[in-house]
Amino acid sequence: MKTLVVAVLGLLGILVIGLIVTGVAPATGFKLLLEGAFSDQFAVSQSLVRATPLLLAGLGVTVAWKAGVFNIGGEGQLLIGAVFGASTAQLLFKLGIPLVGTVLVLVSSVLGGAIWAGVAAWLSIKRGVNLVISTILLNFIGLQLLLFGVDGPLRRKGQSAPMTEQLPDSWMLWKPSRQTDLHVGVLLAILVAVAIGVFLFRTRSGYLVRATGANPRFVRANRINPSAIQLRVMLLSGGLCGLAGGIQFLGINGQLTPSFSQQYGFLAIPVALVGGLHPLGVTVSSFFFGALFAGTSNLSRFGGSGSYFVYIVQGLAVFGLLGYRFVKDRQVEFAQ
Amino acid sequence: MMDLASILRYAAPIGFSAVGETVGERAGVINIGLEGTMLLSAYAATELSLTTKSPWLGLIAGAIVGVTTSLASGVLTINMRQDQVVVGTALNLLSFGLCGTLFERLRGATGQLLSLPALPKVWGGIDLALVVLVLFAAALTVVLVRSDWGLRVRASGEYPASLEAAGYSVNRTRFEAVSVGGLLAGLGGAYYAIGVAGSFAPDMISGRGFMAIAIVTFARWKPIWGLVAACLVGYFESLQYQLQMTHQDVPKSLLIALPYVATLLILIFSGRGTNAPAALGEPYKGMR
Repeated sequence: MKTLVVAVLGLLGILVIGLIVTGVAPATGFKLLLEGAFSDQFAVSQSLVRATPLLLAGLGVTVAWKAGVFNIGGEGQLLIGAVFGASTAQLLFKLGIPLVGTVLVLVSSVLGGAIWAGVAAWLSIKRGVNLVISTILLNFIGLQLLLFGVDGPLRRKGQSAPMTEQLPDSWMLWKPSRQTDLHVGVLLAILVAVAIGVFLFRTRSGYLVRATGANPRFVRANRINPSAIQLRVMLLSGGLCGLAGGIQFLGINGQLTPSFSQQYGFLAIPVALVGGLHPLGVTVSSFFFGALFAGTSNLSRFGGSGSYFVYIVQGLAVFGLLGYRFVKDRQVEFAQ
Repeated sequence: MMDLASILRYAAPIGFSAVGETVGERAGVINIGLEGTMLLSAYAATELSLTTKSPWLGLIAGAIVGVTTSLASGVLTINMRQDQVVVGTALNLLSFGLCGTLFERLRGATGQLLSLPALPKVWGGIDLALVVLVLFAAALTVVLVRSDWGLRVRASGEYPASLEAAGYSVNRTRFEAVSVGGLLAGLGGAYYAIGVAGSFAPDMISGRGFMAIAIVTFARWKPIWGLVAACLVGYFESLQYQLQMTHQDVPKSLLIALPYVATLLILIFSGRGTNAPAALGEPYKGMR
């Protein structure tokens, strides 16, 4: 309870600081943020659909970090997932199999993300390449591959603008209403969060994942190779980030453009950290940041500036979290 | 086909940062926030050189911001013993947000092309900052191996308890090393804005800080080899720009990816970091 109060007050403080830096009066700023996130059905749907990729990629970050693998490459994995999804869609489109096609697009986006993460994991295990650095570099390479795709092999026929074919509604994720952007991917992401929670805390493999992160020597002492676990965890992590890309592709855009990425894969890292690397916490924090995203687009539209507001808030939130953890650890030390 | 001066110029931002990062890593601190430090310095250099019309004051501003930033993150990683990857990631986020916001507010949203005052060339295409970079790399290579301070820095990165047992403060040594790293990262970021781009954009550093960290491993934690490796990446970067002009049939995005792929290949072929400081990335708790 006390933690919750501290968290809420801390986040409010951070929002105020962020608004002051952005140059918007806090009262006006809060009004714009709240309106953008919650004022009507459309605003709420915006908050939810923006939370979805953050949640999925945040879960990806969570499983990796739980195993002591610092996967910073969620962004690249998300992008490659979307590229795989769009390629599959283009290949299968002529067959005219809407529902099966949707599933296959999602499966291939999971595959794409897993492959991209697998490259980094393989380099780390076989060649000792630092995973933080390789996943970051793969983010940049992934972005350039996306740009290459939308301006090359995946480009819409007879178009010079860099964008892929627009998928018809029958291929897209189901939407309950035409007035909002809400799609069934939101529900899917929550189900995935539950599944990851069960996996991490109720299965033997999940236990091994957590044990690998907490103490790899313990795992090794039980004649299990921590590298093998870390490789599998990276594949899972990349798959989740790839799924985030696939769902974003089939839920919102229906096509790839150079600006397809809103940095969801990268912003998922603070989402996961603030969520305490726990699926439930990550779910809550992804919905908070999703609402913040929706509010921010309102802020930058009417408040003059603020397109970078989310980054400031996320950076400050992680710093605040570190400070809080430090104080708490000291209290424990003093008590002993 | 390409002159050395332009390779060195493209290499300099990464080179400065890599040489500085080497010193920090030798002391046991890995600065994942290098990217953000470079960006903040680049922005400070942009603002100051635009208002004063002096590129030198811009570089100095970058250096000051670099030192300040590294000291601030040092408080978190060294004093408060927080995870260096998490602190660095948060620093990168915050720097991107701050620079983007301030740039948007002070210089208008987009489109406006800035033109920063250039550094005077002293010889060929070489300017004084490049000379300073080479001197720094050479001097720090010697200092790390030959001086008492260098010995302390290495001790705090290899086996910090030995440094404490010898009566020195590990934290103080780490702060000293980290501020040298910050100074050079600041110069690197400022040089990118003033000496290479001649302009500023919030996404301009785009991975150069991470390339610098990658290079440190490849250079086996030797400053002078860090500079050499930076020149290799600098070569690929200037090659990339040249190919964009001569081979317009090759997709631009694949060429832009070239330096990143090159850095990744460099990492793959540098193999396992057997020379890595033993206590790299580990907070020091003291012997009590």
